[in-house]
Amino acid sequence: MVSIDGKEHSDSLIRVRNLNKVYRRGGETINVLQGLNLDVEKGEFVAFMGPSGSGKTTLRNLLGGLDTPTSGTVTVDGDEITHMSGRHLASWRARHVGFIFQMYNLIPVLTAFQNVELPLLLTKLSKAQRRQHVETALSLVGLPDRMKHYPRQLSGGQEQRVAIARAIVTDPTFLLCDEPTGDLDRKAAEEILDLLTELESNHGKTILMVTHDPLAAERADMTLHLDKGALVEAAS
Amino acid sequence: MKYLPFIFRNLLRKKTRTILTIGSIAVALFLFGLLVTIETALNAGVDVAGVDRLIVRNKISLIMPLPLSYQERLRQIDNVSEATFATWFGAIYQEPKNFFPQFAIDTDTYRTVFPEFEISDAEWNAFLADREGAVVGKGTADRFGWKVGDRIPLQGTIWTGTWEFNIRAIYEGSRSGDDESQFWFQWKYLEERRQTSFGGGTVGWYTVKIDDPDQAVTVTGAIDEGFSNSAYETSTETEQAFAAGFAKQIGNIKMLIMSIGAVVLFTLLLVTGNTMAMAVRERVPELGVLKTLGFGDRTVLFLVLAESLVIATVGGAIGVGLAKLFTLGGDPTGGMLPVFYLSTGEMLLGLGIAIFVGLAAGSIPALTAMNLRIVDALRRV
Repeated sequence: MVSIDGKEHSDSLIRVRNLNKVYRRGGETINVLQGLNLDVEKGEFVAFMGPSGSGKTTLRNLLGGLDTPTSGTVTVDGDEITHMSGRHLASWRARHVGFIFQMYNLIPVLTAFQNVELPLLLTKLSKAQRRQHVETALSLVGLPDRMKHYPRQLSGGQEQRVAIARAIVTDPTFLLCDEPTGDLDRKAAEEILDLLTELESNHGKTILMVTHDPLAAERADMTLHLDKGALVEAAS
Repeated sequence: MKYLPFIFRNLLRKKTRTILTIGSIAVALFLFGLLVTIETALNAGVDVAGVDRLIVRNKISLIMPLPLSYQERLRQIDNVSEATFATWFGAIYQEPKNFFPQFAIDTDTYRTVFPEFEISDAEWNAFLADREGAVVGKGTADRFGWKVGDRIPLQGTIWTGTWEFNIRAIYEGSRSGDDESQFWFQWKYLEERRQTSFGGGTVGWYTVKIDDPDQAVTVTGAIDEGFSNSAYETSTETEQAFAAGFAKQIGNIKMLIMSIGAVVLFTLLLVTGNTMAMAVRERVPELGVLKTLGFGDRTVLFLVLAESLVIATVGGAIGVGLAKLFTLGGDPTGGMLPVFYLSTGEMLLGLGIAIFVGLAAGSIPALTAMNLRIVDALRRV
């Protein structure tokens, strides 16, 4: 169950409390997020929508441990991340978050296999174990035959599949997607959304997705709108 | 080790730039290797000069002779254990570019004063038995393909005419810096043949062996004082000072080499630093992605520094290796630099410099990458 009321929910995997983020540009103060609350249980698929400048990217950064809030807390699976040091936060991201970006963000000089293997380099897995994990992840996204291909040799949809394989290869606590279909044609977008839905329904993945695309948001269990720095329930 | 493929992939991202940077470092280290070799060659005499030997020459100039009679008088001075002499011959073998130093030596004493030159007793005795005999250093023998028994004609320039010698012995230095280019023959042979021209009864210079190196200053003073106010006043100095003075005639080589080395090092820092700065600048979004995936600041620092180190080390190894290959070919000047080699220590020094350049040049880009904020980096995607 997803809730934004700030009341305690014992089953929450992700718990956000009274989250504030203030930017100062020149002499101006911009309150991007104001007292935001959120609870997400394991296995939920949540979409965040909102116009440009509403704070979607800021929310992504804070949920993913890429930035620190002005005040408030973000707790994931019992770990309160807002006060972690940079080093601990990096280690936490490696274990708990699978990032999927709009522009795929694959390393162009590495093959699909090597791109997917990247997060595993931070683990203590042996080379053989890493290979097994990478092959499993690439098979799961339907690209077992593209391991030796470089990103430039893949279509946009295939690149995004490789990016999803990279996000799931460490079996993270949740996936954080930022406009995952924003750079794809409709057919490829549908395939990616099918894949995300499958990861949620068949593999129990918790997915948080920032999107502009209403069709993408429709695939989520719940869509939340960002309005004046707070979340508003839109549909379920 | 698991990051190595990633590091090499990044290096090959801009192949031309990487190759050019490696090439710049290789050329610079090749130059360094040659400069160090030349410096070693010029100072070889200084490095291997005996601490217990003094050179006694004519006070006016090295090219002015001293009387043969000085040998006995030198032997009488306190703390002098032996005095030998030699005369510069300066002949030409086939053509002037085939230079090598030739000395007419005192066969009775030379071997005692210069024990570092190793010759078998059999060959030495054969040399003594042949008035036209000659002893040649292994370097010169190898250079011209001479072997014991060969008859060698030299064209005299100071004492003109054709002089023929029989190679009776080949000597080798017992230390790596010993000069193996010399050609010795009997002073008595020179004396016999020059009776009709000039210079009879004289020698070029004396080398005096002393009992106690600590007495060098006292003995030096005693020698020069003993021959003062004579027709042939002397100037005496340690062999080391003599060799250093010889090297200084060409200029302050060490200073020159250090200056060139400093300029090369600074240029290398700029070249490598620029390459790494460009590499990091182009890759800001990717570095942001790496950090997003969980690569820590120190890991990112290591990855950038490792690239810089690989470039510098590969370039350095190629440059030093080429310099070593070049020096293996021997003296390229035809005898002016008889001790021409690049030692293992100097090769390691060259590699050390390359590694230092890699670390120094990569440090600022690596720190930039380390301090990169993820949100700023991802904004550039």
